[in-house]
Amino acid sequence: MHCGMCLPTCPTYETTRRERHSPRGRIALMRSVADAELTITKDFAEEMSYCLGCLACQTACPAGVQYGQLLEAARSDIETSQITATPVRSIWRTLTLRILFLNPPLLRLMGRMLRLYQKSGLQALVRRCGLTRLLPANLRRLEPQTPEVAPAFSDELIQPNEAASAPRYNVALLTGCVQDLVFSDINRDTVDVLLANACSVHTAPEQPCCGSLHAHNGELQLAATVAKRLMDLIPAERFDAIITNAGGCGSHLRHYATLLANDPAYAERAVLWDSKIRDIHEWLLEIGARPPVCPPFSEPVTVTYHDSCHLAHGQKVTKQPRDLLRKIPGVRFVELTEASWCCGSAGIYNITQPAQSADLLARKVGQIQKTGAQFLMQSNPGCHLQIARGLAESGSSIRVAQPVSILAQAYRQEAKQSAVSTSTNLQT
Amino acid sequence: MPLPTSFLDSLTKVVRPKAVLTSPEDVIPYGFDGTAALRESPGAVVFPNNTEEVAACVRLASAHQIPVVTRGSGTGLSGGSVPTAGSLVLCLVELNSILNIDPRNLTLRAQSGVITQRIDEAAAPYGLFYPPDPGSLKISTIGGNVAENSGGLRGLKYGVTRDYVMGMEAVLPDGTIVRLGNACVKDVAGYSMKDLFIGSEGTLGIITEVLLKLLPRPAARKTLLAVFDRMEDAAETVSAIIAARIIPCTLEFLDRMTVNCVESYAKIGLPTDCDAVLLMETDGHPAAVAEEAEIMRELALKHHARSVRAANDEAEALSLAAARRNAFSALARIKPTTILEDITVPRSELAKMVAYIAQTAAAYKLQVGTFGHMGDGNLHPTFLTNERDQDEMKRVHEALEAIVEKALELGGTITGEHGVGIAKKPWLKKQLGDASYDLMRKIKAALDPQSLLNPGKIFN
Ligand SMILES: Cc1cc2nc3c(=O)[nH]c(=O)nc-3n(C[C@H](O)[C@H](O)[C@H](O)COP(=O)(O)OP(=O)(O)OC[C@H]3O[C@@H](n4cnc5c(N)ncnc54)[C@H](O)[C@@H]3O)c2cc1C
Repeated sequence: MHCGMCLPTCPTYETTRRERHSPRGRIALMRSVADAELTITKDFAEEMSYCLGCLACQTACPAGVQYGQLLEAARSDIETSQITATPVRSIWRTLTLRILFLNPPLLRLMGRMLRLYQKSGLQALVRRCGLTRLLPANLRRLEPQTPEVAPAFSDELIQPNEAASAPRYNVALLTGCVQDLVFSDINRDTVDVLLANACSVHTAPEQPCCGSLHAHNGELQLAATVAKRLMDLIPAERFDAIITNAGGCGSHLRHYATLLANDPAYAERAVLWDSKIRDIHEWLLEIGARPPVCPPFSEPVTVTYHDSCHLAHGQKVTKQPRDLLRKIPGVRFVELTEASWCCGSAGIYNITQPAQSADLLARKVGQIQKTGAQFLMQSNPGCHLQIARGLAESGSSIRVAQPVSILAQAYRQEAKQSAVSTSTNLQT
Repeated sequence: MPLPTSFLDSLTKVVRPKAVLTSPEDVIPYGFDGTAALRESPGAVVFPNNTEEVAACVRLASAHQIPVVTRGSGTGLSGGSVPTAGSLVLCLVELNSILNIDPRNLTLRAQSGVITQRIDEAAAPYGLFYPPDPGSLKISTIGGNVAENSGGLRGLKYGVTRDYVMGMEAVLPDGTIVRLGNACVKDVAGYSMKDLFIGSEGTLGIITEVLLKLLPRPAARKTLLAVFDRMEDAAETVSAIIAARIIPCTLEFLDRMTVNCVESYAKIGLPTDCDAVLLMETDGHPAAVAEEAEIMRELALKHHARSVRAANDEAEALSLAAARRNAFSALARIKPTTILEDITVPRSELAKMVAYIAQTAAAYKLQVGTFGHMGDGNLHPTFLTNERDQDEMKRVHEALEAIVEKALELGGTITGEHGVGIAKKPWLKKQLGDASYDLMRKIKAALDPQSLLNPGKIFN
């Protein structure tokens, strides 16, 4: 099928109006490679790298073409062919994909060092002295965007087992990599929201990467390795649901069965695993989340919502986060134009394709500013960092948060108030 | 087949150098349109930016004897924009400006690469309406629509693209720029030349600009969806509605196979155990719309509709119409190759044709999904197959042959809206007869003696 219904939903096609930069065109190229009419060339590799992997085409495709899987396979073939290999690129890939993101303690150690560097004032000093000029150009440009490492990681904020007061469900929480290092408070908020909704939460203190980073970057073997580690650490049969709050991870986490289809020891377990994965919003609506009684803030606020690509197109979760926001008192929800158009974060796309990424970010920021909201809600750390930076750079005061965070805040207000009222009851 | 460097060098001098693509990675994606199983890589692809550039490209191609294949968005369903080997694809997506909206004369002037949906979106703020709405409207170009004389879901009441083209600008095979038609409602100054180019599938000239007629936007619209246990009942309902002197804007149907595929894509609650679904829409004055919708509902129920659902709001109406628009693509969920027909029969013969399609599919042991414009007799039987399975493909072709023969026997046409292109070529002569076929060829030869524009399309 090559009807072209995907074309208008593809950000790179929209920018360039060239078929090769569209899903239909890329699939034609993949097919030519498969039919041996085209070899894997540098140009082919570049094209696959130019794709955001936003999967908007998958939502648009009436024929149900699984573009994401085709793209991952093509990227994997490109890595195998070594066509894009350069010494520097290989070192970076080994360092990140094979060392850091395969080794959770090491990743956290890196995080701690970075935190120290940021907190000690050394970062400020380095920047002031212009030492960042020593970095290669690509990294120098990104240096000011280095996210601020969270003061404490998830395991310092969350107990391995936290029981709800009258538990109805038993769930496991996946803490993610970037989410763990930069947004561990969101993980805490997620646990609080789950507890408030009768879910006891198990959070393994040290979790391996889910492998989405590896799969998106053409390392399917490594992706399979980490997937198995995670499945061993969190046995799916023990939980009613396995919760993820990062759109990018979730979209990959629900496809372990495809990834491990040829692994006799894991194939069947992976099917069960996939069936237990739930995005947090999806889960909360499924179990009938309790609307908080109190507003999260003293003043009413207006919020809008950006669909992270892998939550909307990868997991088809679009209605639930909005419904959840509408349940919170004191929160007015307004729709964002082009809410499901990619913000340009797309994994490491802002590093590999800076110009296209910047264009998409500017477009997103423009739309957000038109809503008049005080908060931009989203549910993916990549989008979070990207959009927060875009808003800050444009001098906007709009804040970025996840729906679970203001929901948790509302439940906390509620708890505070009932504490106050019990103490006044006692006094009288 | 690469094109001569002397030609390519000159080409980069008449357009911006970046507007010429020649590498395999760049041109392979222009090797097909929406039609299954047709593929051929062009020699180069060029993206002119204005009419003068189009004319310059055509003059160069003519001087070098390079065939030119005009392309909009490549959603055609008869192979019209599939390149011939060694051709230059002239892709018009950069001619994408809406030039003028004239609310006093109810016209809109646009470049030919404008996406169809944008035309109606641009008209809406003026309270105006551009009715033709092919299923592909989100991505097809208005130039492609005019070149194919495309129909749409509203054809029954509003007609097809031709009914809205008042004039155009076109580039002839020798590079001459002509303007045809005008903004006058009446005009009999000589031959109606614009009409020759409407539906000419890129074989006579390259349309660079169009002048379109707009209508006042209907004040109200009502969308209904009726579900039937027997296809005949759906067909009877259509006849009954027309006999009741109601002209709804839409009367579209989907058979069981199509409903199942569409539902598994769109998840809008279509029943998957029915034999047919009828999408009905009426628009116009609110009072008339309410009355017509009620009569259509009653007629459907009288003809044993299992249920009739009315869209509650605009969003629901759009999702029901979208279900129909996506029918063709959704059918590809079952098998990798979908080969679709576009036969049209006089409305009175519709029930016979539908039954014949089902029998033929069964006789050749093929899977078929049929949907189409029941109100205007235009059917899209779609065979679900695999182009790599040679035995099955042979049976598909035999079945197609039989269905087309039957359509002609019933006084029908081989194509109602997708054009002849490559896919319908074998049957054209049979439908037209020798004399009319020769007349068509004479016209082609008179305008394009070198056979430079889209050679091998419509006829050899
Ligand atoms: C999902 C789907 C649904 C569809 N639904 C409908 C429908 O409901 N009704 C219908 O009629 N069709 C339908 N079509 C077919 C197709 O979309 C139409 O034929 C459309 O008009 C093609 O437009 P395009 O811009 O893609 O043209 P292309 O496919 O690029 O070209 C089509 C033909 O027109 C010629 N051409 C294109 N632009 C010009 C120009 N400016 N000057 C001269 N010649 C030109 C080409 O050479 C070619 O022969 C559908 C297609 C798909 C994939």
